[in-house]
Amino acid sequence: MIHTLESVIREHPFFQDFPEEHLSFITGCAKNVQFPEKHFIFLEGDPADEFYFIRGGMVSVELVIPHLGATTVQTVGEGEILGWSWVSPPYRWHFNAKTLKRTRALVFDAKCLRAKCEEDHDLGFEMLKRFASIITSRLDATRLQLLDIYGHND
Amino acid sequence: MATMIENEVPQGLNADPMIPQLYRVDRVRDETDDTFTFSLVPENGEAKISFLPGQFNMLYVFGTGEVPISISGNPAMTSVLEHTTRSVGIVTKAMCLLKPGDQIGVRGPFGSHWPLNEENGRDLVIISGGIGLAPLRPVLYFLMAQREKYRKIVLLYGARAPEDILFKKELERWRGKFDLEVQVTVDRAASGWRGNVGVVTPLVARAPFDPSNTVALLCGPEVMMRYAVMELQKRGVPHDRMYLSMERNMKCALGYCGHCQYGPGFVCKDGPVYRFDQIVSVFGKSEV
Repeated sequence: MIHTLESVIREHPFFQDFPEEHLSFITGCAKNVQFPEKHFIFLEGDPADEFYFIRGGMVSVELVIPHLGATTVQTVGEGEILGWSWVSPPYRWHFNAKTLKRTRALVFDAKCLRAKCEEDHDLGFEMLKRFASIITSRLDATRLQLLDIYGHND
Repeated sequence: MATMIENEVPQGLNADPMIPQLYRVDRVRDETDDTFTFSLVPENGEAKISFLPGQFNMLYVFGTGEVPISISGNPAMTSVLEHTTRSVGIVTKAMCLLKPGDQIGVRGPFGSHWPLNEENGRDLVIISGGIGLAPLRPVLYFLMAQREKYRKIVLLYGARAPEDILFKKELERWRGKFDLEVQVTVDRAASGWRGNVGVVTPLVARAPFDPSNTVALLCGPEVMMRYAVMELQKRGVPHDRMYLSMERNMKCALGYCGHCQYGPGFVCKDGPVYRFDQIVSVFGKSEV
């Protein structure tokens, strides 16, 4: 079965119940990409002008800590979304993203999408609702990690 | 395979459930630097061991005390009893010092069990964290022996770090099977780790199961189970198809002493495995 870009986007849970009138614009912002293993998709501090739907493979979101080197804080795998720094100023990546294995993804031109969201607040609100949900989930996950729930005091 | 699962809930080897039966440590295996599995055999040699996945025993280290520990072995094995525990308290630290040949008292098995026969024909998603994998290990043994009775089986397991992952060899073996999806994640890892990093609960969102025909079995820290329940709810798994193993301070194991009261019941008698709709009104509430 052949999946078009539009069908992949339409079937992704992120775009469930997304207003039909915006889907073709969103599709126009997307393209397929592939990255080899150990490839840096983006680096901390660089402009955050894209976001990614991971379609296969795995990406490590990492931070370089003095004396510890690169430390993975989270991995993002198939079906998940990578990158939300494009949503809020200063639109710079907060972490590095490095592939742990060969990775397939859809990349979205967030710069173009951001401009369109400023113009069309209905689209902006739909996108923000969805990214707010991702950000909330990541915050919950981070809190659980900080609680060290499997540690000696569980 | 002969299995206890189709029979009545086992009542233990001894007629009086307050009197421990004498067992001998047959083998001790380190799982991590503070967690170990030990195999026990009955001193009388003839007794057949029977339990249902999810049940626990009261283990008595003579001269030190008694603790409730879930059974972590294969329910099809009737000659050896296995328990996996972490060395954290006075009794489990003493237990950790036992060597093959030492004696230990066992009362049990006690409590409710995972609903395996009741739920065949469905997808099963097993969500566990830390030492919570131990009470689910008998489930995995059972499922591997009865694989044809179930549809998709997914195991999601979270540990603190790669060195804290329990049953590594078995996880590798299960992961190698085409009919079992195993996803392991750790909260933190050094640069050599090539698996998932992050808590276990977000794995639920992308796990391959059909929410309309899925049963979820959860065991781990209560806060982990709270978030796992939320993720299952988002996927549309109903409350009456989620089962949770709860942990409280069990003492008598017979519902007499009241130490393990949980809402209107007792974990030792009504639990440890509960269907979520039975505890939804008290789940996650403090002082309950």
